[in-house]
Amino acid sequence: TPVIQALWRPRREDYLRPGADTTAIMPAVSKGDGMRGLAVFISDIRNCKSKEAEIKRINKELANIRSKFKGDKALDGYSKKKYVCKLLFIFLLGHDIDFGHMEAVNLLSSNKYTEKQIGYLFISVLVNSNSELIRLINNAIKNDLASRNPTFMCLALHCIANVGSREMGEAFAADIPRILVAGDSMDSVKQSAALCLLRLYKASPDLVPMGEWTARVVHLLNDQHMGVVTAAVSLITCLCKKNPDDFKTCISLAVSRLSRIVSSASTDLQDYTYYFVPAPWLSVKLLRLLQCYPPPEDAAVKGRLVECLETVLNKAQEPPKSKKVQHSNAKNAILFETISLIIHYDSEPNLLVRACNQLGQFLQHRETNLRYLALESMCTLASSEFSHEAVKTHIDTVINALKTERDVSVRQRAADLLYAMCDRSNAKQIVSEMLRYLETADYAIREEIVLKVAILAEKYAVDYSWYVDTILNLIRIAGDYVSEEVWYRVLQIVTNRDDVQGYAAKTVFEALQAPACHENMVKVGGYILGEFGNLIAGDPRSSPPVQFSLLHSKFHLCSVATRALLLSTYIKFINLFPETKATIQGVLRAGSQLRNADVELQQRAVEYLTLSSVASTDVLATVLEEMPPFPERESSILAKLKRKKGPGAASALDDGRRDPSSNDINGGVEPTPSTVSTPSPSADLLGLRAAPPPAAPPASAGAGNLLVDVFDGPAAQPSLGPTPEEAFLRFVCKNNGVLFENQLLQIGVKSEFRQNLGRMYLFYGNKTSVQFQNFSPTVVHPGDLQTHILSAPPALRSQVDGGAQVQQVLNIECLRDFLTPPLLSVRFRYGGAPQALTLKLPVTINKFFQPTEMAAQDFFQRWKQLSLPQQEAQKIFKANHPMDAEVTKAKLLGFGSALLDNVDPNPENFVGAGIIQTKALQVGCLLRLEPNAQAQMYRLTLRTSKESVSRHLCELLAQQF
Amino acid sequence: MIGGLFIYNHKGEVLISRVYRDDIGSQAADSAVFSSSGPFLRERLGGSVRRNAVDAFRVNVIHARQQVRSPVTNIARTSFFHVKRSNIWLAAVTKQNVNAAMVFEFLYKMCDVMAAYFGKISEENIKNNFVLIYELLDEILDFGYPQNSETGALKTFITQQGIKSQTKEEQSQITSQVTGQIGWRREGIKYRRNELFLDVLESVNLLMSPQGQVLSAHVSGRVVMKSYLSGMPECKFGMNDKIVIEKQGKGTADETSKSGKQSIAIDDCTFHQCVRLSKFDSERSISFIPPDGEFELMRYRTTKDIILPFRVIPLVREVGRTKLEVKVVIKSNFKPSLLAQKIEVRIPTPLNTSGVQVICMKGKAKYKASENAIVWKIKRMAGMKESQISAEIELLPTNDKKKWARPPISMNFEVPFAPSGLKVRYLKVFEPKLNYSDHDVIKWVRYIGRSGIYETRC
Repeated sequence: TPVIQALWRPRREDYLRPGADTTAIMPAVSKGDGMRGLAVFISDIRNCKSKEAEIKRINKELANIRSKFKGDKALDGYSKKKYVCKLLFIFLLGHDIDFGHMEAVNLLSSNKYTEKQIGYLFISVLVNSNSELIRLINNAIKNDLASRNPTFMCLALHCIANVGSREMGEAFAADIPRILVAGDSMDSVKQSAALCLLRLYKASPDLVPMGEWTARVVHLLNDQHMGVVTAAVSLITCLCKKNPDDFKTCISLAVSRLSRIVSSASTDLQDYTYYFVPAPWLSVKLLRLLQCYPPPEDAAVKGRLVECLETVLNKAQEPPKSKKVQHSNAKNAILFETISLIIHYDSEPNLLVRACNQLGQFLQHRETNLRYLALESMCTLASSEFSHEAVKTHIDTVINALKTERDVSVRQRAADLLYAMCDRSNAKQIVSEMLRYLETADYAIREEIVLKVAILAEKYAVDYSWYVDTILNLIRIAGDYVSEEVWYRVLQIVTNRDDVQGYAAKTVFEALQAPACHENMVKVGGYILGEFGNLIAGDPRSSPPVQFSLLHSKFHLCSVATRALLLSTYIKFINLFPETKATIQGVLRAGSQLRNADVELQQRAVEYLTLSSVASTDVLATVLEEMPPFPERESSILAKLKRKKGPGAASALDDGRRDPSSNDINGGVEPTPSTVSTPSPSADLLGLRAAPPPAAPPASAGAGNLLVDVFDGPAAQPSLGPTPEEAFLRFVCKNNGVLFENQLLQIGVKSEFRQNLGRMYLFYGNKTSVQFQNFSPTVVHPGDLQTHILSAPPALRSQVDGGAQVQQVLNIECLRDFLTPPLLSVRFRYGGAPQALTLKLPVTINKFFQPTEMAAQDFFQRWKQLSLPQQEAQKIFKANHPMDAEVTKAKLLGFGSALLDNVDPNPENFVGAGIIQTKALQVGCLLRLEPNAQAQMYRLTLRTSKESVSRHLCELLAQQF
Repeated sequence: MIGGLFIYNHKGEVLISRVYRDDIGSQAADSAVFSSSGPFLRERLGGSVRRNAVDAFRVNVIHARQQVRSPVTNIARTSFFHVKRSNIWLAAVTKQNVNAAMVFEFLYKMCDVMAAYFGKISEENIKNNFVLIYELLDEILDFGYPQNSETGALKTFITQQGIKSQTKEEQSQITSQVTGQIGWRREGIKYRRNELFLDVLESVNLLMSPQGQVLSAHVSGRVVMKSYLSGMPECKFGMNDKIVIEKQGKGTADETSKSGKQSIAIDDCTFHQCVRLSKFDSERSISFIPPDGEFELMRYRTTKDIILPFRVIPLVREVGRTKLEVKVVIKSNFKPSLLAQKIEVRIPTPLNTSGVQVICMKGKAKYKASENAIVWKIKRMAGMKESQISAEIELLPTNDKKKWARPPISMNFEVPFAPSGLKVRYLKVFEPKLNYSDHDVIKWVRYIGRSGIYETRC
């Protein structure tokens, strides 16, 4: 945001302030300080007529700089600065620069502000992981941080933040919190330190240690200096997402700060008043911070907050103090953030209704952006029980918006809102409006509207003939966009409900009489007539031969899948109407069916023909009986709609009480989405369940709707392939494969281990066509593991393009034996919705297994040496997989141990040996696996020099058979 | 079937735009111009924004981020063929599947025509002559099909002297001449002195290994004739073509051994349209009625028995990480009586050069930082001589360990003989109608050998 950028640079007034009195401090631009050579060079380049001329000029300049940097004569700071500047300029023009780094580092130790600044600039732009230089740079930064000169400290902090690399983080992550909370730090330094820390935390959260400073950071909210407060709020908002409890005290401080700002007159805050709005950015940030927490428990605080929110809503009603667009933008920004907070709390009916009314006003605002935002916010309001009715009053405006808005994204929001505000009372109206809109809708959103109509029609259908009409209408209007799920669902419902079957058959028959009807209509028609055609056979206008010839007239125009379905319909007809048998057999016997190039059609034709001629009527009637009712389960359409919108957005579509952080259900214990990896065993479980993204709404107690309830199970977002836990187990014995896969993302693993070291390549593939934003996979080691495995995940690009794959390399060192694997948490934004998932990385202790070959007597000698009871772990278990000696062998080898032949007297048994390599110690392991084919049981015995390792390995291995 | 022709200046501004067919232009390049802006924008702009091929070429070639090397660019199923003369881009555009060689031949021809009319092709000259250029374009391209582009013929009816009303006879004469069998020469030319000049211009290309092994070498040459002859003379050109000499040698066996050495093997050749190809195919003799004035009689290429006029012997020694010593010797390898001219040796320097000291015995040498090379120039040098340059290059230690790629040393020169060994044996002129004979014609022959890409690896 602009404020962050403005804060990022130390403001010039800070250098000139009397408090900052060091002589070295110079204003950024003073007389005679402009680098003339640089200006001439730049104007030369700009005047070049052709690319070649530009390259020639640059080559000449580079040669000149090289001769100056040769080192025969010492350069003064000014020239050094000038040449480094030129290099920087050349680099920014897109040319490689491979020298001058040393000179730039030298500039860092200058006492002049401009020289130091250019040095830092060069390093921030051109730093590479050159070890010796990094050391020098870090040294210079360290000196500047310790200098007590606020300007220099700011420069150093900016450099750290701009580079933001892991090395920088490792070197300074501990110092910055100290500077941030030190009592004697200047305001500008505190500000920079807060933002710098924020940046490091975002880059590598594991490097920023929480400590006693956290409490003091919270108190920065009380700081006199608004800039410091703004920076601190950003930092706290980010930190509290991970450790909500540590920062809980910030609520009351934020509320009081907010109330002070909101109630201040527009001139009170001077510098921080923006077009008559006091501190808009800070207000917005405070409101966002509050959205990380449930409503305050303290009544006084809550009262004060409600008062604030009311004031903001009141102010929105006041006439604007300025006609400038900036004024209204700032005001509206606060207002919308306030409304999101109100929606987030979802506990103040009064406020919710007021917010809704306010948004209602915006629905007719002449600013398109405001209308968009209003529709979007209202969508969430519609799902709150307090404001649902209030939202419904705007139905006409919204329908109007759907028809008249010029921007497709606004129309889409209007469609979303209509969907969200729909209930039994207005379903018919909304569905018919949507159907009408569908005829002219943009192609991009047609499928989504089709799904919405289908869901609403089903959910709020009072009589099912209306439902059937609606869906058939849907197919007629937008047949191409009616997906399989939609028409499957109609068939399910018609099959399950006796009362509509006749009506459905009649309607479908009529619909099929249209000269051109969509293939989906043929499919639905074929199925329904095949099942229930007899119900309308009494009418001479729809006698069996008429039905058949109607269907068959469409046959040749259809695709293979539809033809196959129609063939089944025909055989059903033979059962339903014996009089059509001869005709249909003729059709089946035709060469175009019996010798069809398509195997499926051919097979059906052959089998049906034989069935119809061989089987008796009774058999035929049994085989071709009417389909039994489908088991009542969730609508597949709903899942599909969710998938389409991106899982995050799905919550908005849900009719249940929306509450993203689910405080009510969890009793406010764990306010954030529970993907936080804590070492407790329950967290592990949560981590495994993380395949459905956290934004999936929790089950709501009150919503008794079957369709909605089904939403909440983990099955709603099925991860393709095995569940993460299964996948993890599979990786015990192998190193490469797909770790995780769902609709959006595929994570592949390739790893290699040698002794106590390992390298793991993680491949993240974006399966969608949309870019992932803020893509950040991080590896955390829960609990005691942290010290045992070292990994250095380098920073990845934060965007992953649609269809693209990115790679991450982890270097792993096993320091000691460990039990719990490290966790990989992946966060990204997909289509604006945040996604997060946590997976166990397939690093288990056996990866560091080194096979050892030994002779039989050696083996038995060692086996006996490890005879202490705690050194042995034994497990007898039933085989989960078929017992195959080769497979078992492969698994044991994959597990890491050597297989020793001719050791065990019983050749059926497997014996293995190996050493687990860790940095601290080596653990020798011996194992023996005795399969019992009759009982389908195994006995697994492990002896190692360490008790915990024995047990752990035994458990790991036992799960494999 | 060229759809249109555009001339741009270095900034991509259109100087000349002539569209012959409607298929290019309008929607052809819509999508190309906006291809970078993604599907959304494209959809939005759809038909409403009409951009044409002119912009497509500018955006995708002239202003392209990466330099476009290919002379043919396909944008949105439209082909752009371009040549560049100094800062001027000439682009021919077509939607059809044309013969690319034809298009380029036409573009080169067009450059020749423009040069013949107003000299150097520059932005200024084009701006001053744009009426003329449009007139020329009307004449030499008709609905995208190339027409007569012979300068001599064109000059008869496209003049720069303003409008001169022509008589009926003159007009019909021009018509019959332009549409007649010999479109390149008009009748009734008369000179007091019948004179002709023959220039054999060759460029020799070489790539040599540091050890002096020839990796590739070929000569491409042209025979340019300037004729000032009366009437409609029939000419016959003879040279030491191996096939011709051997054929003649069949008659007199002893001659073969005498002249066999001097004959050359021509790999391929092309002729001016005035040459009778049927005669060349059957007898391998080159006979023609020449256009008046200057024209290119033939082009040829040889790869065997090339006389390499210069030998470059490089010696590069890296002294530690910060110093490089270069010594280059050039030896001239032709008759001592001949003089080579405009000799220039270009020795590339590493990209991290921080200083250069040069000593040379002959000529002048200078380090040109803007080109990353030492340029050594010698005005004149006789045959069978040698000369030497030595340079000390100081290097700046750099961060990356990339090794210097050592580009080859290149050389430019001009020598007064044909490196291919081609000799003009005769050029006979017959004019039966007018009474001057072959002996009355004054003939001049000149040989110039230039360097093409003449490189030696170091």
